[in-house]
Amino acid sequence: MKETVFEYELPVGESYKVYRNRIMPEAEINSPGRISIVSGIHGDELEGQYICYEVARRIKEHPEYLMGIVDIYPAVNPFAITMASKTNPLFKNDMNRSFPGNSEGNLIERVANNLVESILGSDLCLDIHASDIFVREIPQVRLSEDFAESLLPFAKLTNADMIWMNATATVHESTLAHSLNALGIPTLVIEMGQGHQIYRPYGDQIVDGIFNIMCELGMWTGPRPRTQLPAISSDGSVEFIRTEVAGIFMPLTEHNHFVKAGETIGEILDPFSGEKLEEIVAEQSGLLFTQRIFPIVHAGDLLARILTGAF
Amino acid sequence: MQSVDLYTYKSIYRTELTVKGYVFGTGQKTACIVGPTRGNEYQQLYICSQLVKKLQELEKLGVIANDKQIMVIPCINHYAFNLTKDFFGVKDQDLNFYFPGNDSGEPISRMTGELFNQIKEYSYMIQFSSFYERAECVPHVRMIENGSENVSLANLFGLPYVVVRKPVPTDTATLNYNLQTEENSAFTIYTKAREKLDDKCMKNAISGVLRFLTRMGVMKYECHAGYISHVLHEEDLADVFAQRAGIFKPIVEVGEDVKYGAKMAEILDPFDGTVREEIVASTDGIVFFAHNTPLIDQYETAFRMIHRLHE
Ligand SMILES: [Zn+2]
Repeated sequence: MKETVFEYELPVGESYKVYRNRIMPEAEINSPGRISIVSGIHGDELEGQYICYEVARRIKEHPEYLMGIVDIYPAVNPFAITMASKTNPLFKNDMNRSFPGNSEGNLIERVANNLVESILGSDLCLDIHASDIFVREIPQVRLSEDFAESLLPFAKLTNADMIWMNATATVHESTLAHSLNALGIPTLVIEMGQGHQIYRPYGDQIVDGIFNIMCELGMWTGPRPRTQLPAISSDGSVEFIRTEVAGIFMPLTEHNHFVKAGETIGEILDPFSGEKLEEIVAEQSGLLFTQRIFPIVHAGDLLARILTGAF
Repeated sequence: MQSVDLYTYKSIYRTELTVKGYVFGTGQKTACIVGPTRGNEYQQLYICSQLVKKLQELEKLGVIANDKQIMVIPCINHYAFNLTKDFFGVKDQDLNFYFPGNDSGEPISRMTGELFNQIKEYSYMIQFSSFYERAECVPHVRMIENGSENVSLANLFGLPYVVVRKPVPTDTATLNYNLQTEENSAFTIYTKAREKLDDKCMKNAISGVLRFLTRMGVMKYECHAGYISHVLHEEDLADVFAQRAGIFKPIVEVGEDVKYGAKMAEILDPFDGTVREEIVASTDGIVFFAHNTPLIDQYETAFRMIHRLHE
């Protein structure tokens, strides 16, 4: 059922509107569980589009298995998505810095508050991000240590490749996930793939995880998908590799592969002179889980991240 | 005057971005004046460049106190100005969200980190900034309330208002927030204009800075005593939201003393010209902030009022 989460008037013949798809179980169920799937806070991150589709499709295929409520929010920042922009082109802000908002504030605050209010009452929320257009990521759950106790059991069920505790950018207080967790709604941030793209195998992997969680919550009586246990890592077990010079980055390893300490994982080239400016070497062995794809780099740009401890 | 290079950002295909500081006087690093972080703050750039010119004249007259040093950084985001963008680089990042920075982090953090370390050496930091909203405001000095703020110092600028702001999580990455400590005082000056150059506003801003520097014993300069500032807490400003979207036709201006029931603006239908809303003052007071572009969204802040204050 298509429901309007909020609607505000814009000046010239349009409104700022966000919908959700509420899927109800066929059978009458006493106090059914509820899961919310949120996607598109950052408009350049589209991996969640396929996940939303595939969750809805699998339920449609077997509505008789559904024993709870599934709320799907495919595009909570619709203008950003249609403009392929991370930020909201109307407010020029990062929507994920505006939570929990305020029901009596300005439009930015109301939009944030309306979304939070509409998710309240869920047993679990999944906030699905993708990487940006600069680096590619393996499917991972990012969570803050503050809420690890309540989130870790769910995170292990997501079928992600990795759980990254305390990944700094995602633990900001003004994010949707932080606000919901603080309000007692367990919320997992899922990150995968790359900006402006959809990688179907990653989507299928996480959708399996979502049905795995729904089985666990008693919301799905269909066959339980076969899933894996993600590797768990903390900031200390992640090696960040950055360039020290500006140039063109060309990788020499594949994403989502193991690298050995001392291995050259890429190089920085100068298109003018034909010179190699820098060789990028991994200091530690591990899984190369983040890899740069946008080739133009400046000193400090992230080229790769290696998960070292967990293996 | 001495010009120093504070930080150089090397781009692969653009002229390197060198942030320059203009230093007046010698000895103790006393006051640092920082220009715009966003590429649409034209008036702030204009003010700082005129301040450099003025300080050059004053230095020749020997008015700067012995053992006192002043530095002006007229601009830190040249790239954004030259592209008429607000933010920095391909990631469209807001520089004023990356303090105190990190010299081994991503490109933008390396830049803010190095600048922060150099600005921090000065006891007083005065930044020229503006609202993110499409609006004008009455000239004022802002301080973040964190327990170590000294509001009476802010009064020394002799601007009409001092606004004290309780920080929210997104403030914690700004230059002002990170500099406001036991040892440093940080002030942000908001002038009326941003996109348009305004000479009167520029002169008032420069007088405010020179007045402050004179009163702090950094220079001897005979200037008008200015205002005895009225101190406000940001949460006490009364927000007036547009209840409808459309073409915005203001009737009152910033600084105006408005009576209860007075008409403040009209919002018109963009297709047939009919009046969708008349914004009427719900209190007596002075217009502190006014929306200043031709279109307005529903619940966008049309005005902010200083409740029950008169001229
Ligand atoms: Zn995101």
